[in-house]
Amino acid sequence: MTSPQRPHTQRVVVTSPRTRAPRAPRPYPASREIDEQSELGAVYMRSLIRTQRRLGLLLCAVVCGSVAALPLVFTLAPSVAAERLLGLPLPWLLLGFLVFPVFVLAGWFYVRQAERGEREFAELVERS
Amino acid sequence: MSSTYGIIAVLVVAVGTMLVGTYGLRISRTTSDFFVASRTVSPWWNASAIGGEYLSAASFVGIAGLIFAHGPDMLWFPVGYTAGYLVLLALVAAPLRRSGAYTLPDFAEARFASPAVRAVASMFALGIGWLYLLPQLQGAGLTLNTVTGAPNWVGALVVAVVVTINVISGGMRSITFVQAFQYWLKLTAIAVPVVFLVMAWHAHGARDLSGPQLPEFPEQTTVTFDSDTNFQVSEPTGYTGSGLVDGQRVDGGAELTAGDHTVAAGSRLTFPEGAVVPHVVSIPSNTNDVWALPMRGGERFPLYAVYSLIIATFLGTMGLPHVIVRFYTNPNGRAARRTTLIVLGLLGVFYLMPPIYGALGRLYTPELLMTGDTDAVVLVLPSRMIDGLGGQLLGALVAGGAFAAFLSTSSGLMVSLAGVLSRDVLRLRGVRGFRVSTVLAVLVPLGMTLLVGKVPVADMVGLAFAVAASSLCPLLVLGIWSTRITTVGAVAGMVAGGLPALVAGLVTISAGGRGEWYHVFLARPAAWTVPLGFVVMYVVSLLTPRKVPPGVNHVMVRLHAPENLGLRSQDRL
Repeated sequence: MTSPQRPHTQRVVVTSPRTRAPRAPRPYPASREIDEQSELGAVYMRSLIRTQRRLGLLLCAVVCGSVAALPLVFTLAPSVAAERLLGLPLPWLLLGFLVFPVFVLAGWFYVRQAERGEREFAELVERS
Repeated sequence: MSSTYGIIAVLVVAVGTMLVGTYGLRISRTTSDFFVASRTVSPWWNASAIGGEYLSAASFVGIAGLIFAHGPDMLWFPVGYTAGYLVLLALVAAPLRRSGAYTLPDFAEARFASPAVRAVASMFALGIGWLYLLPQLQGAGLTLNTVTGAPNWVGALVVAVVVTINVISGGMRSITFVQAFQYWLKLTAIAVPVVFLVMAWHAHGARDLSGPQLPEFPEQTTVTFDSDTNFQVSEPTGYTGSGLVDGQRVDGGAELTAGDHTVAAGSRLTFPEGAVVPHVVSIPSNTNDVWALPMRGGERFPLYAVYSLIIATFLGTMGLPHVIVRFYTNPNGRAARRTTLIVLGLLGVFYLMPPIYGALGRLYTPELLMTGDTDAVVLVLPSRMIDGLGGQLLGALVAGGAFAAFLSTSSGLMVSLAGVLSRDVLRLRGVRGFRVSTVLAVLVPLGMTLLVGKVPVADMVGLAFAVAASSLCPLLVLGIWSTRITTVGAVAGMVAGGLPALVAGLVTISAGGRGEWYHVFLARPAAWTVPLGFVVMYVVSLLTPRKVPPGVNHVMVRLHAPENLGLRSQDRL
């Protein structure tokens, strides 16, 4: 709080974008590198594709792989298949109910990661 | 089953669909164009629409029937149908949307810029579409037969006519709203009866299925045979009724000895309460506790069969012609991903229901094991378990939902098939070309239904998935994620994977060959044709490096770069 006796005088800086003045030319935006198919642009794109491909394949391998391991488990260890949980035989509980929430969770995780990857890529491209 | 309400439900669904079709032209012009043009279809609407189109006869009646007959191994069908969308989400969804493709041949052209790749892709899209339409029509025949007693071809014809008129008039074309509504209708039609069925099961004393008995008739049951049927009797069973048993005229009653028997079409036999139900030869005769365990189907190579099914369904979803169209209505790649995520949830909820029907059928409708009409279990259960008006109304609800399933899936398929036919095969432009193609698109599977006998609905659909997984899935996955795929490699891979799968499937459908040791390798070809397709596509591409399509980097930018960068490479979309 300033004191009430004296009228408050203070220097204020007024800023405004210099719309008239030409902007300093940015060296060469990465988005243009990508558009013009330069070596550098290709490097950017390759890194994005590699990240996303790794994420997609990893998710499929982990989730689908572990679900697809179930028949093998049921064959090799028939006692597991005969197990009962919550009044239901284990295979019914797993395949008829539990896999679906797992799929949704895995999908949610993937969407989050994939969007983050794209966001980071966008920041990288816009920053440069 | 008293059929009045069932007929009314089926009529309401059919007429309602027709009305939407005829009056919908104007509405669809405004709404769908508005939707697509302004790109404001929310992921929820879009996901419901995908669910509405995707949940077909196989999902609605087929899965329950297979579980009822063969036990938990068949749970892999719903698991695979859902997992297919997870794979699609992780590998295909966003880039496919960004490619701007409306059909699979469109994608092939966008990616490879080659008429040859496009032509081969459209051939496979057609073949898969027809294989998929066939069980829809069969399922419709079965539903109408169960509800009204009409011969099987009537239902197939009704669906074919309704859908053709619809597609020709432009009704169902791209009305996201109608397809979205279909999902919720189907979910209601299958989920509401489940609540009552489970309550009735509790009221009847919650009988368990873990005992070592064979399925027994829960009450005195009259079984009507629509076609000549071979079945096995495990212990001598007395019956009354009339018909032609083992070639001999029976009137009044007699006893079936243990062993194989044949009953001619038109026979009506009544079995006493508590008698063990005879099994059709094609269904293994298992006690309930064995039935409830996995890998006890009595097939020659159970592990191969399950893994082949897993590969086909996990990878085949992305290659179905009517699935891809729906991704076009997403505003961008990001929304395509979110849509797919919601689809995963919607399918998961729906697929909780069929196993319940399958298991309850074991207790309440075991006579279907004797006629072999296992697909009817969903339709018959409500009126069997719940007496009076309530059961009939629930039965009508299920019948209406099943019919909605055939209509929506067939419509979606027909639109994409007619599109492929008119653009890539007949090369007829404009609305007339599209209409001619529509008629042709429906005549082929309709003719096939008359030629083909009783093939379980879900088995046929499994075959369509196998062909899709071995031909179009490699094209999509390798095309999206590898810059090395050449036009030659793409064609070689699709043919090397898809053709054997298609031939194997057609051979099993037409000739059968059940009982031969190699039957499972033909009926479930995916486990060897899918790797074949992938390997051939990649290796041939590496061998022909000079055939990499020009501008592949440009295409890759379009497929993978997020839209919000404002890249000029993506302006065309």
